Amino acid sequence: MNDEYTPKIIGFLCNWCAYTGADLAGVSRIQITPSLRIIRVMCSGRIDPLFVLKGLLKGADGVMMMGCHPGDCHYQKGNYSARRRYVLLQKLFEDLGFESERIGLWWVSASEGPRYAKVSSEFSEEIKKLGPNPVREEIFI
Amino acid sequence: MSNVLKIKKGVEQGANELLKFLLESEKVKGIFTLRKMNENGAVSYSLITHPKELQNAVPLFPLMPVNAGKILSGFTLKKAINEPIAAVLRSCELRAFIELIKRTQGSLENFLLISSTCGGVYPLKSLTDGTYKEQVSQYWESAKNAEISSDIRPTCAACEYFIPQQADMTIAIVGKNDLQQECSIFLNTKKGEEFTIGAPGNIVSEDIDTKETAKLREKRQEQKKKLFDELEKNGSGIKALVKTFAACLSCHGCSKACPICYCTLCDFDSKTHEYLPSSHEIELEQKGGIRLPPGTIFFHIGRMIHMVVSCVNCGMCSDVCPVNIPVSTIFSKVGDSLQKLFDYLPGKDIEEPVPFGTYKEEEFTEIGE
Repeated sequence: MNDEYTPKIIGFLCNWCAYTGADLAGVSRIQITPSLRIIRVMCSGRIDPLFVLKGLLKGADGVMMMGCHPGDCHYQKGNYSARRRYVLLQKLFEDLGFESERIGLWWVSASEGPRYAKVSSEFSEEIKKLGPNPVREEIFI
Repeated sequence: MSNVLKIKKGVEQGANELLKFLLESEKVKGIFTLRKMNENGAVSYSLITHPKELQNAVPLFPLMPVNAGKILSGFTLKKAINEPIAAVLRSCELRAFIELIKRTQGSLENFLLISSTCGGVYPLKSLTDGTYKEQVSQYWESAKNAEISSDIRPTCAACEYFIPQQADMTIAIVGKNDLQQECSIFLNTKKGEEFTIGAPGNIVSEDIDTKETAKLREKRQEQKKKLFDELEKNGSGIKALVKTFAACLSCHGCSKACPICYCTLCDFDSKTHEYLPSSHEIELEQKGGIRLPPGTIFFHIGRMIHMVVSCVNCGMCSDVCPVNIPVSTIFSKVGDSLQKLFDYLPGKDIEEPVPFGTYKEEEFTEIGE
C-alpha cells in the first residue's frame, strides 16, 4: 500500500442544494477532506452517466454525485432521473468488474453543511482503503 | 389456445403460399421479407409489390443480413405507411422495432406482422467461408427436434425469447416434427384472422407453447448461462476489458449495425468526443502515451450505458465486427442484468416506457441516504 497515496475524488454537486450545503460547511469552518474536487451542475439530473464513466477512466479514484432530497428538487424531478442513472451505473460497473464502490450518490440539502462534510470524509476513507484506481496503470485504453 | 391456419405444404413452401395469397388477393399491397439475391446464399430484405417477384422470396432463410427492425424504422420514420404491408421478421427484429417505436422512431400502423418461432440465424461469415450450404441443410433438422443448431450465432443459441409476442401471425417451426408436410400459422390477433379469410388451408385450434418449445427454452437458458460464465474466464475489471477490446479498430460498425443505435449523429462521432492533441496534453505528459483514436473503452462502455437496457440480443454487433470481438456476448450479459434490475423486457409491451426515460417517486429509497 502506497502511504503517499491521497485519493483524487470528483464530486458533481447540484447548485441549489448540495453546492450550497458545501458552501455552508465551508463558512461554518467545518473540516472538509482535501481529496474532493467539486464541479457545480445546476441539477443532479444534469449529471450524465458519461461524466462519471469518463472521470473513472481518466483515473479518478472516486466520483460522487450529490443533489437535493427526493421531492425537493429545485426543478421538480431532476433528482429522480439522477437516482435511476446512478442505479444503472452501479449495476453496470458491478457486472463489468469495475469497483462499483468508487461511485456514490448522496442527497445533501442546502442546510446540511455537517452532513456534506460527513459523507465526503466517509467516502474519502472508503476510497483510501480501496487504493488507487486500477485504471491509472492502464495507458492505452 | 389460438386459431391455426394449416397449409398442406412444407413450412418454407407454406410460408410462400401465405405471402402469395396475401399479395394476390390484394389484402396487402406489399410484402417485406428476405429475398434470394444469388445462388450462394446471399439474401436481402426487400419490399415486393408484384406477385411474380415472390418466386425468389425466402422468408424463413436462417440469415440476418441486417436487423429488420432498423429497416422498418427507417421506412416509417417520417410518416406511417399508408397501405397495408405484410412484414416477415424474427422475434428479436420485431422487439427491436417496438423499442424504436417507443423512441418515436417509427410506426406500426398498417403493418401485418408475421413472425416465426425462431431457430436462430447463422453468422454472416458462413456466406464467405463456404459453410452455409451444409449449415442450412442441418438447420431444419435441428429446428424440427427442438435442438440448438451447432453453428448459429452465440446470442441465438442463448436466446429464450424465440416465441414472438407482438406478431399478428406466427409460423411454428421449433419442435414441429411435421415441418416437411405441413405449415402451421398461428393467428394471434383479430387482424391475423381477418387477413387469412379465404387462405388455402384449414383452421384448427392449438397452443403455440408445447413440450418441445419448453424443452428448447430450457436448453437455450443453459446455453446462456454457459456463454456468460465463459466471459468470466477473461477476468473482470479494466484489465479484462482492455484485453477484450485490444483489436478494436474503432470502426463503430457495431453501433451502425445495432438496431437500437438510431442516432443520426452518434454522441461518440460528434464534436463532444472529438480528439484534439490539446485535450490530451496532460495525459501524454504524465502517462507517457495514448491509444489513437482515443477512447476505445469509453466508446464501448458509453454505448452500453446508452442502449443496453433495450438490447434485444440479435447479435448483429458481433457479426459485423471485423476482428471478431464478442461484443454481443458482453452487451447481452450486462443487458440481461440491467433489464432484470428494472424488471423490463425490451419489445414486450409497446406501452411500457424505456427505463431510462422514466422514474417512480417511490423506488430505490435506500439510495442516497
